[in-house]
Amino acid sequence: MSKPEDTEKKILNKKLKDVEISIPIVYGNISFWLGKKANEYQSHKWTVYVRGATNEDLGVVIKRAVFQLHSSFNNPTRVVESPPFELSEAGWGEFEIAITLYFHSDVCDKPLNLYHHLKLYPEDESGPMSTKKPVVVESYDEIVFPEPSEGFFARVQSHPAVTLPRLPAGFTLPPPVPVEDASKRKRGDTKDHPLSQWFMNFSEADELLQLAAARQQVQAHIAKLRRQISLIDGQHQQLKSPSDQ
Amino acid sequence: MAFPARYVYALTGGLAPLMPSIDTSQLKRRPPSDEKITWQWLPFTNSARKDNLQLYHWVRVVNGVPPTGDYSFAKYNKSVDIVRYTDEEYEKYLTDPTWTKEETDQLFDLCERFDLRFIIIADRFSLSRTVEELKDRYYSVSRAILLARAPSSGDVSGHPLVKEPYNVSQEIDRKRALSMVLSQTKQQERKDAEVLAEAKRITESRMAARGVEESTLHVASNAGPEMAETATNVDGTVSPSSNAQLASVAVAPSSSVMAENASTLASLRMLRVYLRTYALEQMVQAASSTAGLRTIKRVEQILQDLGVNLKPRVPTKAVCAEHLELRKEILTLLNLQKQLQYKEAEGSSFRDGSYTEMPGTPKRSHSHRDQDGTFVPDSMSFGGERAGRRDQKRKGPGRLSEAPSSPAHKRPRKLKASDL
Repeated sequence: MSKPEDTEKKILNKKLKDVEISIPIVYGNISFWLGKKANEYQSHKWTVYVRGATNEDLGVVIKRAVFQLHSSFNNPTRVVESPPFELSEAGWGEFEIAITLYFHSDVCDKPLNLYHHLKLYPEDESGPMSTKKPVVVESYDEIVFPEPSEGFFARVQSHPAVTLPRLPAGFTLPPPVPVEDASKRKRGDTKDHPLSQWFMNFSEADELLQLAAARQQVQAHIAKLRRQISLIDGQHQQLKSPSDQ
Repeated sequence: MAFPARYVYALTGGLAPLMPSIDTSQLKRRPPSDEKITWQWLPFTNSARKDNLQLYHWVRVVNGVPPTGDYSFAKYNKSVDIVRYTDEEYEKYLTDPTWTKEETDQLFDLCERFDLRFIIIADRFSLSRTVEELKDRYYSVSRAILLARAPSSGDVSGHPLVKEPYNVSQEIDRKRALSMVLSQTKQQERKDAEVLAEAKRITESRMAARGVEESTLHVASNAGPEMAETATNVDGTVSPSSNAQLASVAVAPSSSVMAENASTLASLRMLRVYLRTYALEQMVQAASSTAGLRTIKRVEQILQDLGVNLKPRVPTKAVCAEHLELRKEILTLLNLQKQLQYKEAEGSSFRDGSYTEMPGTPKRSHSHRDQDGTFVPDSMSFGGERAGRRDQKRKGPGRLSEAPSSPAHKRPRKLKASDL
């Protein structure tokens, strides 16, 4: 190995402190009742998946996803080597699926685990079962890399799947490593995914609004209590130091 | 031995004295029978007096022999040794542009007469001089005499007058500072105490963070020098929340909670990758570390009442931060409530026995709704049931906070036929 390559590797491996890279993801399952075609062992067909929260390609960060199914399935360990990271099956039972995400070498050498409880049957048991309307359960979360390497940062700095902070002033980055020809690779984003019509929307605006309103209420009460406490303190002082009899 | 009265416990801070302070067995002892005691009215002299005044007093005479020795209080007549100068010494060493000889003489007379009690001396001094001026003159003159009379300067170098000469300007400043402290209002005192407490908390959290970082250095073998950076970042993230609770007295977040926050952030960093929801869970746990299970349940109940998800539905960085802050604020709220209850309970023990109506006694529980017109969910008027429970335990005359107009114990007795 010649020397310039080594130093380049070292620069790319250097960790960026106080810079956090986060990937917003949504994971869950969509399940359809098979209706007339259902049998004892396969009443539903379902798909479990991990997608970008805005349906961008997660392949930029995730190298492979491993879905661990119930032991009653054949080959319960299913490995998905490229995006979209999903797995479809047919069955009758609900169980917990462990999803292990493995990242590219410049991203992180440690895998991350997600857990999703497969849901096949609707909450509301009273309504008629439909083959057209699926049961959808999705969870929003964010993968956080607290100290990303410079190489990782440079590579993803303009990718839509990734949330980046602004770099501190005076920071210079090495030039991004060229990515392989995009057209050759299979499309990794889920924007036009066949199931995308069922995907849920996750917007932080509503939640932020609610939290802000709640905080305001609590703060107002805190202020009131403080006033009452200082009032009582004043009264106690008067009682403690008796005035002239 | 008699059992000490209840109030003794209050006086001695809750503990009865382990040993009696007076040997009570000696109190009733009678004098030995071979001694015949009489009391006689006899004259006496006092060696402390310079005149020959003779006074009389009762004396305990044993077997006809009066006691010998000086008047028993003469030994308390102590005075200060003032060094007096001769006129010659004055001319040679002690002249000063701002002091005449007459003044200096008078000063020394007064010093001798009043044993260096400078407040009195200043009062009696014929010309108006400050205490510091008088002290300065006295101590510099004494020092000069000492140095002049000493065979060599080395002999007296250890003498306090020589080693630590009186510093007028320093004294003036010191007294001014003291009077400033004395005249500080209660507000200022409280503010100072808060600032000091906050400073203490910050140093403690810094030490805790440093301690954590030191222990994580041992744990992660391939962590390298990156770990050292955690301390500075930790302070940045932790202090905004501590500022929000700066003004709360007594039940403020302890330094242990700050340390929990610091160690949580450090351990998250060590994971290299984690989920936002996991991080929030850890931070919530750290923030609630001092709270009991019941308190945590109450926090969750309040969150529900406020229409907030116990676990955020869209846990972005911003949402998680707000959620965490909200939880911390609710904890503060509950703490303040408790504080208020304690203080009100305290207040009732003050009022026992006094019948003066306190103006503007805050009524608990009911004042929380109302004035601003905004709806407050039921659980927010927290005082209610808990305060009620506390009240029932305390029964006693003169408790006016609950029913100022109808003290139950003092209802007038109905007239009976037998009264007439």
